Amino acid sequence: MTEAGAAHELVDRLFREESGRAVATLIRVLGDFDLAEEAVQDAFARALEAWPVQGVPRNPGAWITTTARNAAIDRIRRAKRLIEKTEQLGRDAAMDATTGGGWGEEVTQTDGIDDRLRLIFTCCHPALAPEAQVALTLRTLGGLTTPEIARAFLVPEVTLAQRLVRAKRKIRDARIPYRVPPVDVLPERLDAVLRVLYLIFNEGYSATGGDALARRELSGEAIRLARIVAELMPDEPETLGLLALMLLHDARREARTGPGGELVLLEDQDRARWDRAEIVEGEALLDRALQLGRAGPYQVQAAIAALHDAADRPEATDWREIAALYARLAAISPSPVVELNRAVAVAMAEGFDVGLRRLDTLAGNEQLANYPYYHSARADLLRRLGRSAEAIVAYRAALALTTNEVERGFLGRRIAELGGARPN
Amino acid sequence: MRYLVLIYDEETANPSPAPPDPEQWARTMGEYNEYTALLRIRGAYEAGEALQPVTTATTIRVRDGLAMTTDGPFAETKEALGGFYLIEARDLDEALELGAACPGAKYGSIEVRPIQELPSA
Repeated sequence: MTEAGAAHELVDRLFREESGRAVATLIRVLGDFDLAEEAVQDAFARALEAWPVQGVPRNPGAWITTTARNAAIDRIRRAKRLIEKTEQLGRDAAMDATTGGGWGEEVTQTDGIDDRLRLIFTCCHPALAPEAQVALTLRTLGGLTTPEIARAFLVPEVTLAQRLVRAKRKIRDARIPYRVPPVDVLPERLDAVLRVLYLIFNEGYSATGGDALARRELSGEAIRLARIVAELMPDEPETLGLLALMLLHDARREARTGPGGELVLLEDQDRARWDRAEIVEGEALLDRALQLGRAGPYQVQAAIAALHDAADRPEATDWREIAALYARLAAISPSPVVELNRAVAVAMAEGFDVGLRRLDTLAGNEQLANYPYYHSARADLLRRLGRSAEAIVAYRAALALTTNEVERGFLGRRIAELGGARPN
Repeated sequence: MRYLVLIYDEETANPSPAPPDPEQWARTMGEYNEYTALLRIRGAYEAGEALQPVTTATTIRVRDGLAMTTDGPFAETKEALGGFYLIEARDLDEALELGAACPGAKYGSIEVRPIQELPSA
């Protein structure tokens, strides 16, 4: 790589990590998403010129915020916006002058609230469409570019750009306030934030097709954002629980795909390739969450993942405890999918036929009838019970509902192993 | 900032031919009176009216200088506009909080739409 290329990559990476802070603060100060983003873009261009010559600043985040703020002042002056905005910035600058000019903690917080929290709650406001919440979070806090987000979600760039424009316009025109919501609505608003982060993680974690690299970045991004929220809201157990859940799943990433890009089931994974550090961190976070004494669905799911990760061999898995946890999850956050997973755990703990009977009681559920994993779970149990013909039928039902190439390959192989004709 | 709070419900869209039950009517009126009082206390109330059902609506369109008058609302919908409030609120969150407190929210849909504040000429 050329020197210029390496420099570009470094600036890229640092901006990705640090620009969220600058954007969050500038939105508060300027009251304008677009202006804040444009100012940070200006700072990026400046960094590309200055850093290779002057070296990377000791505190890149502070440099970005200061430079972006100055760029915003320039833009405002050029656009002849209201004087009051410049005065506000001038006031901030005066304040910094008296506090020693340190752009860092003082700037990204007001009233002891980190601006990034304000930003993520605004991005995840229920008045915005769910896909807009995801896109806006990734763009503003994550610092991902529009093409990167579009690629990861397999959406045309134009569509995603429009989505972002509409969302920002709505925030402005309907006057969605830029703040951490008050206590009376905080629980459901925090739920929305966690839901968006989990969605981003799953999008990156899933085996669906598309740009594999973009997807790996997505789950990494989800973890990074969840870390920020967990750091800023350390007394919210579900925030810690979600981060733990992500880490405990992400730890298995390397072992989930075979050399040919094929899917490797949990029971077949090479556990030596699991990331021990992530497992240890996830377990510690889960412990901290549980100590806060307010159980919730993310904590329960994290506990299940921790039990899987604690087993050094598939045979060592504590399925009984996992089944009990799924029962707990079914009580606090019931859903057909939870019942499905519970049935599978029961099958492993008490016997395949017991689990299969449970699965069959769910047969009438319309959601599950269209869910490929329901059929593949039934197929798997039938296979283990030696009921091959029925297993093939169930695998075919799963195949009919699966579009993902990797998973189709897996199902096709299973059918062939049982002596069925390979599908096209 | 001002918002229009639009109250939609099925009853307005499809009013039953029977006269309203007086007890139910009194109860609903009571709830709306309380709501209006709440809005006034909060300094949010600017205007508010109940509308008669869509069976009383007439739609008029003028195209190429020709006026076309039809019986009924502009579109047949499952829920129809039954009333409105014009409120002043600090931001969308406050407007949504006030919208949720509207009695119509319990059995219909409340649309909260910001007023386009045009610069005075």
